[in-house]
Amino acid sequence: MPEATAEPIVVVDDVHQSFGEVEVLKGVSFTVAKGGVVCIIGPSGSGKSTLLRCINGLVPIQRGSIRVANFDVHMLGSDKEKIALRKEVSMVFQQYNLFPHKTALQNVMMAPMHVLKENPGEVRERAIALLTKVGLAAKQDAYPGELSGGQQQRVAIARSLAMRPEVMLFDEVTAALDPETVKEVLNTIRGLAQEGMTCILVTHEMRFAREIADEVHFTDGGRIVESGPPAELFDRPQMDRTRAFLSQVL
Amino acid sequence: MQPVWDWFRWLYGATGINLTVFYDPFDRARFASGFVMTVELSAVCIVLSIVIGVLGAWIQGSRLRVARTVVHWYIQAFRNTPPLVQLYFFYFGLGGLLRGVGGSGPVVSNVTWAIVSLSFFAGAFNVEIFRSGIEAVPRTTVEAAESLGFSRMQTYLRIVFPLAFRISLPALNNNLVNLVKTTTLAYAIAVPEMLYVSSQVWSDELNVPEMMNVLLICYFLLVGILVYVMHRWERALRVPGFGI
Repeated sequence: MPEATAEPIVVVDDVHQSFGEVEVLKGVSFTVAKGGVVCIIGPSGSGKSTLLRCINGLVPIQRGSIRVANFDVHMLGSDKEKIALRKEVSMVFQQYNLFPHKTALQNVMMAPMHVLKENPGEVRERAIALLTKVGLAAKQDAYPGELSGGQQQRVAIARSLAMRPEVMLFDEVTAALDPETVKEVLNTIRGLAQEGMTCILVTHEMRFAREIADEVHFTDGGRIVESGPPAELFDRPQMDRTRAFLSQVL
Repeated sequence: MQPVWDWFRWLYGATGINLTVFYDPFDRARFASGFVMTVELSAVCIVLSIVIGVLGAWIQGSRLRVARTVVHWYIQAFRNTPPLVQLYFFYFGLGGLLRGVGGSGPVVSNVTWAIVSLSFFAGAFNVEIFRSGIEAVPRTTVEAAESLGFSRMQTYLRIVFPLAFRISLPALNNNLVNLVKTTTLAYAIAVPEMLYVSSQVWSDELNVPEMMNVLLICYFLLVGILVYVMHRWERALRVPGFGI
């Protein structure tokens, strides 16, 4: 794995976010170095997914700041500015969220063609290369409904990569998959991490987090309870809450 | 075709079943023109009502509250009143007012009023049909488009609408079938469509039972063709594994 450089590409500082009365994030701070892999673990409802949505600008924050590459995410007002951000940060969802009326290849090609306005011929070549990379070149003309969950998720990863992002966000991408197909998706993510892609993963795959992460954050109740390198956090958790959680899932 | 016409003339002589719309050139011409008028009326109203439906559903999702309210009351007005009353309202109510302003002669023809009235009537239902289709597109699919950098307009045109349209098609079929059948109401304002010309024929020829059967079969065929075309369209748009 390439050494993460010191310069952070994502800086999350004291982020507060609430849906109406409910405060989901209560002051979350962390940084991710360029090329770094960060895993966020924690019980359901602890605000992990919301955090990723904030980083992608899908959900506005009430207080604090988020900086990704050259974008101050919390300051982005117009749709245009948000679109510029989303070329840098790409997100993969738990439910794949492929466009059901488009083939695998079209799913991968759509955003570069219509958002980046790139040449269709080049986009097509790149899309085929990406599908090959995730092991689905043979399925390029299949519709999402004809693919298994794991295959759909790999197409979704290829679709995100087609935007050539600086940062990839993975939101519990294996949670909806059966155990056998989890592996193929994790292998794809592992490959990306090894190539030096900056990744932020929300995951329940503790073994995978331990293997792949440079740093792991344990969240609960809208706060980061404990952070550290995986070996530290998993083997010698300092906080009682972390210990209680890990004893349940490991 | 002459042998066919002759056969109907023979049928009248032999059995008393008097289908003048086949063997009498004058009746044949006016019934044919009525048939054509019904097809034209249906086709124009189908297109306009779909346009109204798409626009209305789009406006209902807009940020402009005034626009949403206008569409809401439009739907209430046209869904909660009988189509015949609407037709009378347009032709005698609005049409009468316009005549009062213009002085002499109708400003808008009865055919135009029928098109306007029926299109708005069916359009009100189409708005609701498309709106429910749009609402059935998963929020997460829209979010995925947003996260890939699609603008609101691009998301609507490339993702939401194509999916919503497919979801809406079965309900749309129903409404369009109803629309074709409702064109018979234009009879009431003397639009020379199929029912109207038939009534002229049976007044002259006194062959009411025969004409009723002719009408029934003609509408059955017309609607049958529409349903067939719509089903073909549904099948052409079908996406493997999308479940509709």
